[in-house]
Amino acid sequence: MEDKKTGKVHEAVIDRRALLKMGVAGAAGSMLLPAAPAFAADQKQPVGNFPAGVDGDSVFIGLTLDLTGPYSAQGADQQKGYELAIEQLNAGADEVKKISPLTKKGVLGKTVKFGVADAETKPNTAVQAATRFIHDNKAMVVSGSTSSAVAIALQKVCNREHTIYLPAISGSNETTGVDCQRYGFRLCYFAYTACKAIAPVLAKNMGKDRKAIYLVPDYTYGHTTYDSMKEFTEKEGWTTVGEQVHPLGAKDYSSFLINIANSGADTLVVIAYGADAANSIKQAKQFGLLDKMQIVVPYMSAFLEKEIGADIMQGVYAATGFWWTLQDKYPISKDFVSAFEAKYKAKPRDSAYIAYLTTVLWADACERAGSFYPPDVIKAYEAGEVRQGPIGDVSFRAEDHQGIINFPIVRGKKKADMANEDDYFEIIEVVDGRAALPELGVLGCKLGDYV
Amino acid sequence: MPSMSLFFSQLFNGLAMGLLLALISTGLTIIYGTLGVVNFAHGALLVVGAYAGYSAYTMTESFLVAIAVGSAVSLVIGLVVERGLMRMYYSRPPEDQILVTFGIGIILVEIVRSIYGGISLSVPTPEWGQGIARIGSLIYPLYRLQALGIAAATLAVLYYVLYRTSLGLIVRAGIEDSEMVNALGINVKRTFLLVFGIGAMAAGYAGVIDSPIVTLSPDMGHRVLVDSFVVVVIGGVGSFPGAIVGGIIAGEILSLTSMFNPAYSHVMLFVVMALVLIFRPQGLMGQEGRE
Repeated sequence: MEDKKTGKVHEAVIDRRALLKMGVAGAAGSMLLPAAPAFAADQKQPVGNFPAGVDGDSVFIGLTLDLTGPYSAQGADQQKGYELAIEQLNAGADEVKKISPLTKKGVLGKTVKFGVADAETKPNTAVQAATRFIHDNKAMVVSGSTSSAVAIALQKVCNREHTIYLPAISGSNETTGVDCQRYGFRLCYFAYTACKAIAPVLAKNMGKDRKAIYLVPDYTYGHTTYDSMKEFTEKEGWTTVGEQVHPLGAKDYSSFLINIANSGADTLVVIAYGADAANSIKQAKQFGLLDKMQIVVPYMSAFLEKEIGADIMQGVYAATGFWWTLQDKYPISKDFVSAFEAKYKAKPRDSAYIAYLTTVLWADACERAGSFYPPDVIKAYEAGEVRQGPIGDVSFRAEDHQGIINFPIVRGKKKADMANEDDYFEIIEVVDGRAALPELGVLGCKLGDYV
Repeated sequence: MPSMSLFFSQLFNGLAMGLLLALISTGLTIIYGTLGVVNFAHGALLVVGAYAGYSAYTMTESFLVAIAVGSAVSLVIGLVVERGLMRMYYSRPPEDQILVTFGIGIILVEIVRSIYGGISLSVPTPEWGQGIARIGSLIYPLYRLQALGIAAATLAVLYYVLYRTSLGLIVRAGIEDSEMVNALGINVKRTFLLVFGIGAMAAGYAGVIDSPIVTLSPDMGHRVLVDSFVVVVIGGVGSFPGAIVGGIIAGEILSLTSMFNPAYSHVMLFVVMALVLIFRPQGLMGQEGRE
């Protein structure tokens, strides 16, 4: 791995004998199957960093993670997910093969190397980092994001550079809506799917006659989540009282909270994410709002439960990408949670899970394409092959490159009901990711050309 | 149209928020106003103080100990930074001072992140500050009211120390002509060291006072730095009454604008700052020509 801050390069060691075996096997395979796609590279026109980025024995992934800024906790968790996936890919681990049966060791026999850059939760910084990865490191894929503003900016620049980009967390409808790109593939659940799934659960458990006010971060994620939540809760009979739009990274929420207290609403929908969510909810409690209002979190950030504590979180309904107790139901979840715990001595959150799975599915797309040639890899993604991930079926939709992925709706447990210090939530429902997707065209996606 | 009760609630909140902003800006005002150094590490020093206070609180469950430890740690860091680095930068151009303090800020924040991680931490409200006060129709956290009093008292004490004692006189004379002050037998370097330390301590102290209100995250210093600059620019460089006036104006703009359109509250703050810079560049209570 190359760390942009220290300049140190680390790489997973590949066993020389194994490499020779792969080479011999590959040569034998090529004699038997002269048209095998893995050896079709010579016939391809250069696209992006292909073939220069894969002419050695390794392939490089550039990770643009929000390691500083209001989403830094999620960025740090993502890094762990990527590192685990890359380690398992390079080792040819069984956990990876369960998700991607074609994968052997590395990706198409090449060792996966990676570099990490801090996107600082800022689009400009992220774009500079991605550009360095693409030009200096010949990255074949760029991945990582928590802020949708970062994800959308990266997706555009990577599309221009003909380099595949994989957002990690990105909640905005626009990422695979009006700002979708041929070279971008978002795996995680997002505003539309989260709100469509959580609204009926809320109506069933909290009633249909609710008056909701929203705390909305002032950028694409906040606005599109507000739009979707408003749409789906109003279909259930809720009334929208208004929205309090705050800047990303706001420190003092008192003026917004006074407006909320005077709004007559009985439900506070917190769209704020990361440190902003924790900060605003803490201050809402100080203003006595939580005694008379119920909180809902339609797109919950990793670690929110830890940041605000079980006393505030109890009874709160939230959508999230992953919760570790899913391991009780899904064997592949158990593999992931166990491997993560063994490596990091902590339970994974959804940011690590998405980072892990998006990396493995990229490897799977390359293996299915039989090549790193970007248009072939994109077509492999678009083939819609369904794989078994930690929460069951997972694939991508060809028309907008949105991941079709299941995700849980959770409710905060009372402190007394927690079996251990990480047992914050009970899983109310595992949402069918396919059913939650918007119909094609609703979000305005128009993919560009392959080359 | 907002109701009168909401208007008065926001008006009061603007005052309370404004004094907190003034308190948070204090460290910047002291160092900028006396030494003429634009301290971009101000936000980071506040973060260091807040996290040190958090550790002290976790160990002792005493908020007073947290205040003492947070202030002391920031003071020591301030003294070390001044003695080891800043002293060499007083005579250098402002851009050099900005770069070096910016770098110090990054180092401090990353040290905090490496120790505490990026997950938000929370200092609970001290026992004596828990609960809610009712002022007419306004429901307001008791601790915020107390913080308002703490901010006012702290500003008064600092004003007295820096402007009504010989220390303040020496500092201001030293800025004008350090060689002459030295020739009079006064150790100017030691005085500058002390002032930089007090400025750093004020930042750390404000961080601890603020910590029961907000959650702590390593990057919270960025917003603090921006807010502090707005307060100092509006109020006037180096003017303590100016910092208070700047803070209250900033608080009122944020609070009152949010009644009409919350999305514009921070925009309005910068609009007002721009207007002040255009029509009164030295700030509302700053002195013309003061560097």
